[in-house]
Amino acid sequence: MSHVPAVAFQILQSVFVVLAAPLLVGWVNQCRAWLQNRSAPSILLPYWTLAKLFHKDVVIARGASPLFRATPYILFGCMWLAAGIVPVLATGLPFAPAADIIALVGVFALARVFSALAAMDIGTSFGGLGARREMLIGFLAEPAMLMTLFTAAFISGSTQLTTIVDTLGHRQFALHPSLAFAAVAFLMVLLAENARIPIDNPTTHLELTMVHEAMILEYSARHLALIEWAVAIKLFAYMTIGIALFVPWGIAEGGDWHALPLAVGALVAKLALAGAGLALIETLLAKLRLFLAPEFLSTAFLLGVLGMLTHFLVRG
Amino acid sequence: MNLVHAALSPLVGALVLAVLWLAIAAASLVPAGNAAFARRFAFPLGALAGVGLAALGLQAVWLPAQTLTLPLGLPDLPFHLRTDPLAGFFLMLLGSVSAGISVYAAGYFRAEPSGRLALISLQYHVFLASMAFVLLADDAYLFMVAWETMALSSYFLVITDHKQPTIRSAGFLYLLIAHLGAIAILLCFGVLHSGRGDYSFDALRAVQLQPAWATVAFLLAFFGFGAKAGMLPLHAWLPEAHPAAPSPVSALMSGIMIKTAIYGMVRLIFDLIGGMSGNVRWEWGMVVLVVGAATTLFGVLYALMQHDLKRLLAYHSVENIGIILLGLGMAMVFIGFGHPAAGALGLIAGLYHTLNHAVFKGLLFLGAGSILHSTGLRNLNDMGGLIHGMPKTAFYFLIGALAISALPPLNGFVSEWLTFQTALQATILQNGIVRSVVPLFAATLALAGALTAMCFVKVYGIAFLGKPREPAHRSPLPHAGDAGDMERYGMAWLAAGCFVLGLFPSSFLLILNHVCISLTRHGLSDQALSGSGWLWLVPTAPEQASYSPIIFLVMIVAVTLLAFLLVRRFYHGRVRFADPWDCGYPEQTSRMQDTADAFGQPIRHVFGPLYRMDRRLPGPGEAQPKYFLKIEDRHWYWLYLPVARAAEFISSKVALLQQGRISIYLLYSFITLIALLVFVR
Repeated sequence: MSHVPAVAFQILQSVFVVLAAPLLVGWVNQCRAWLQNRSAPSILLPYWTLAKLFHKDVVIARGASPLFRATPYILFGCMWLAAGIVPVLATGLPFAPAADIIALVGVFALARVFSALAAMDIGTSFGGLGARREMLIGFLAEPAMLMTLFTAAFISGSTQLTTIVDTLGHRQFALHPSLAFAAVAFLMVLLAENARIPIDNPTTHLELTMVHEAMILEYSARHLALIEWAVAIKLFAYMTIGIALFVPWGIAEGGDWHALPLAVGALVAKLALAGAGLALIETLLAKLRLFLAPEFLSTAFLLGVLGMLTHFLVRG
Repeated sequence: MNLVHAALSPLVGALVLAVLWLAIAAASLVPAGNAAFARRFAFPLGALAGVGLAALGLQAVWLPAQTLTLPLGLPDLPFHLRTDPLAGFFLMLLGSVSAGISVYAAGYFRAEPSGRLALISLQYHVFLASMAFVLLADDAYLFMVAWETMALSSYFLVITDHKQPTIRSAGFLYLLIAHLGAIAILLCFGVLHSGRGDYSFDALRAVQLQPAWATVAFLLAFFGFGAKAGMLPLHAWLPEAHPAAPSPVSALMSGIMIKTAIYGMVRLIFDLIGGMSGNVRWEWGMVVLVVGAATTLFGVLYALMQHDLKRLLAYHSVENIGIILLGLGMAMVFIGFGHPAAGALGLIAGLYHTLNHAVFKGLLFLGAGSILHSTGLRNLNDMGGLIHGMPKTAFYFLIGALAISALPPLNGFVSEWLTFQTALQATILQNGIVRSVVPLFAATLALAGALTAMCFVKVYGIAFLGKPREPAHRSPLPHAGDAGDMERYGMAWLAAGCFVLGLFPSSFLLILNHVCISLTRHGLSDQALSGSGWLWLVPTAPEQASYSPIIFLVMIVAVTLLAFLLVRRFYHGRVRFADPWDCGYPEQTSRMQDTADAFGQPIRHVFGPLYRMDRRLPGPGEAQPKYFLKIEDRHWYWLYLPVARAAEFISSKVALLQQGRISIYLLYSFITLIALLVFVR
């Protein structure tokens, strides 16, 4: 495998993820509207929202520090980087060895820390409230995520995401009970980390119940657009991590252009299903009281740990 | 020719620099009443000596061990000195971190009265020199002399403000626990010596102990040095003594002194007791892991409850000692089961975190010192918006906060990453139970890492961001100026260290690998070494795991810049300024921001049983509502106070012997003589 096509693949994939991410959000919103018997907005609505936001004038609160203005770009950069590491369309990406699953979790943590700091920058009560809640959710979601990824790492003997996907994708169909635990834990983390019901409500307008939205109350126009876009990329990245870990079939080898159409087709089908499933979960469940969130997430953490132990028990 | 050669050798050089520190200490007293001497001469020269020591330490890592015997000390007990790669690594740590702190101290103590500054400079440089001698010592005698000098000089530094009773009692607690530890270390040397030979480390190394006695020696060394390191449950002095000391001294103690305890632990367990690690048992490793995990979680959970910035940082030192112990414990488990390559990885992870913690915790304590210096505040609840008055301090503190939160691409992440990688090697262990328990410690580390990030969002968000919480006329914050030049240079040096250690981990991996080979005869696997270039960090094999912080940094900076430039290119840059969104309630004040206690409230809620909490909520009808909350360390109540009461009870009984009349004492001597005659014969 020569390096040029692999690098081309890498760039192609990163751009693809960034451009396609709002579409996934549009699809989830559409499915949810259907499930709730509403007439659905266009699947392209997130793009129009972004375009509208980019054209508006930025309004910044008095007393904001440079950190506040830099954070949207840092968030967007972090998520873009994550999109480059996760094997979405192909494995064997040339940049992927630079950051393994632990570093991937680190990127998400970096983004979380910056968004929480920016929320506290203006000095309003809602900003601090949101930051505190976000860190409360994060301190359990992050280790739960790591445990899930470690289970996969133990099975494949590697912490490289592409190697994990290679191993899991080309294995004989075998039931890994540990992966079942990990999958449930991962789903719970995905809901929590992407500010979805039952932990947070992305469509809420009530400040007192907000988590993620409370942190970005002060942002407007292009800053808000970048944050919304980063959130969309984050959801996309999490879903593709889930796909890569638990249903990796159909993914292309890096540089193998012939496998690309199949890979894109498989990805679109899987994401469509996953998006519909997310909409279904959000329709069926209600938002949890804030102090039930730690219980929800510690369940996820313990499931992740159990998955890891199961791996040793079944093997041992 | 030989003399020139000897003078250039790291051992002689390190000795000269350590003596130079002593000379600076002595010279501080001579021009009494001249504070300018300490500021302009003593501290900067001490910093230069530190840089030199770091260079010599680095050189010593690559050279075979060198020894030197000085005709000092007691008759028949000369001082033995030695540098080997392990000592070299710690000399590098001591030199490089102390250089930054000394430069900072030159600025920090600018307002100190002369007499006091001369004393501080004396104790400060004696403290530095004693730490160097701890690292250079090659016999138990010199080691204990240096160890005690270190304890005493740091005690006097802690009680610099001895007029406050709380500081005196903090100093006493420190001295007490330091000596409990010292007794354990002394007993450990006694067990190792086992009545044969002399007290040089070579002789101790040669002694073959029974397995039971080796375990006793291990436990004595582990808890003896653990008392100095701030390991659970002997940590109680740390959150008392570190805030009491002046900030550069806190940085020295938290950054370097507690690392000498890690040095002692590694030296004794892997080298002297372990006998080139041949005798290291995996059960010892499990003890270290359990204590390390408890220390880690306890440290960070209590840190989250603090609102005194320096106390909070001290609890984080407890946590980081736990993380270091996790690395060392895993090393012992793997070595005990006969997997030296995985063991080497654990040892490297632990030692790497030792260096990283020294750098970023030094930086954070210096930052806390600058805040204290320019505002007089230590309580986070009184701060807010410091980023506007002290932008440079805020920048350095942010680097330290990101580094300690283990965020890539800074240095804290690298060592935690290596610790995770060690835990992921657990599949090769033979014992089924141990194999499934070791990854649980990785889970502990993951939890602690995320909690640390939460804690530093709290610290940074409350101290530096937002608005001052008190009205302008009652708060020193609006007039707070940035740190002075020397203070900033000191912080910049350590902040640069965070980047260097974070971005070039493979160079340090090679250094530590060499340390590891000299200590255990084994290093990392060949695959790991051939895979690691300056760009790539490969702990085991390239297909198993790799990390490249430079590519990572370049990528993240590139995409962030690209996003910025694209937005700039395609859209207008119009900005308006307005008041923040008040939710339709215009009567908001800056007192309504989150406080440090409020930020920790969810954790208090989740982990309630771990805290001893005294809280009083105001009733609905109170005219002057007052909220009271006190969080105390549970260890005080189940361990320290009962022990203190028992000690007082025993001493009150022993005091009955003391009658103060000479005839009674003669009677005691007489009874003793009779008893000896009867029983000994």
